[in-house]
Amino acid sequence: MHTGPGRGYPIFHVVDRGETVQIVRRKTDWFKVRAPDGKEGWVAKAQMELTLEEDGSELDFEVIDIDDFTNAKWEFGVLAGDFDGANSVSLYGGYSLTPHVSFEVWGSQILGNFSNGWTGSVNVVHEAFPDWRVSPFFTLGAGVIRTEPKSTIVQGEDRTDQIGHVGAGFRIYAARRFLLRAEYKSYVVFTSRDDNEEVEEWKVGFAFFF
Amino acid sequence: MESRFRILFLIIALAMLSGCAATRNLFGLGRAEAPPPSAEPPGQVVDPEVERREIKEAKIDSENFELGAFAGIMSIEDFGSNVVYGARLAYHVTEGFFVEGTVGTTEGDLTSFEILSGDARLIDDDERRLTYYNLNLGYNIFPGEAFLGEGRAYNTNLYLIAGLGSTRFAGDDRFTVNYGAGFRFLLSDTVAIHIDFRDHLFDIDLLGEEKTVHNLEGHLGLTVFF
Repeated sequence: MHTGPGRGYPIFHVVDRGETVQIVRRKTDWFKVRAPDGKEGWVAKAQMELTLEEDGSELDFEVIDIDDFTNAKWEFGVLAGDFDGANSVSLYGGYSLTPHVSFEVWGSQILGNFSNGWTGSVNVVHEAFPDWRVSPFFTLGAGVIRTEPKSTIVQGEDRTDQIGHVGAGFRIYAARRFLLRAEYKSYVVFTSRDDNEEVEEWKVGFAFFF
Repeated sequence: MESRFRILFLIIALAMLSGCAATRNLFGLGRAEAPPPSAEPPGQVVDPEVERREIKEAKIDSENFELGAFAGIMSIEDFGSNVVYGARLAYHVTEGFFVEGTVGTTEGDLTSFEILSGDARLIDDDERRLTYYNLNLGYNIFPGEAFLGEGRAYNTNLYLIAGLGSTRFAGDDRFTVNYGAGFRFLLSDTVAIHIDFRDHLFDIDLLGEEKTVHNLEGHLGLTVFF
């Protein structure tokens, strides 16, 4: 048993073979256990897996692997990147109907030199090969964009416009419940003027799945 | 208008594409799989007595989230230093890495220019409030123990963080990069004290030309693991 839940913490107590321990709590991959003499300490998951349950069966913990990545229902993530020369920070949440198809809700803040803004959008994502570690996807969606010109520049008007977008990208399984995500989106902003604007966005980030 | 049609066509194209195996089941159009024929000879009833082992893992109290509040001092470049307070939520992914979201707010004073010039004001008073949010990645670089007297030991962590976010100040939202270091002192397994130092960088053009400003923050926080 170690004195703390992490690398480097010294071993201060050893539980003999044949003795029982009680699991008190867990932090990441470390378990706090109580020995029969009342001493409490931290044990790594790899050590815990060598113990047996009361009925003699092996103790095995849920292992999160690439199958969970493929079949995950919920996904939440953060991405940052470039939105037509401005910086963008995005949060999203997604729900998978099948391993191939999921729906996502996005909110982004766009921070540029001349104007700031927000976008909110809903999109559908199609993954052709969800069981690949690097899984490509296509996305299609619609939403709104709010543009607020910076106060120190000319006094422009705040605008809210509809947007539609198509995009493509990769979901990359990293470890545990972690994935990396990189994507490109091409937006069409339906302005009230004669011309519609086209905007390109690149972003990368990470996400969790459940 | 033209682009609107383009999007419309794309939607139709996707709808057609969805005839593929992936989306077919989604709308219940998939061919129902016939159950495999029973290989059991009639008359022989086997009552399996193998009980599925109950997975007890869910009963283990897993504490990977950390939620708390902090208060301290933050200096806004050219605008003096004031009290900052805010909140933090962290998720510990491994013993080393964690992700963290912070929000905080402080207030800017008058700049030296505004004080010396008398009545001139660069920004309105209600624009002097600074609020920020940041999304950070953290790493526990030096886990350790701290000893209080001879009988007590507390687990500690020295960690580094870096991340992105946005700061609202002087009438605009500003893209912000922040980085820093902190010290986590665990009073118990579930309660921790934090001491944090961070630098928030953003661009501001309020004083004529655009420049990147460093806004230093030091704070003391209390968090709870759950």
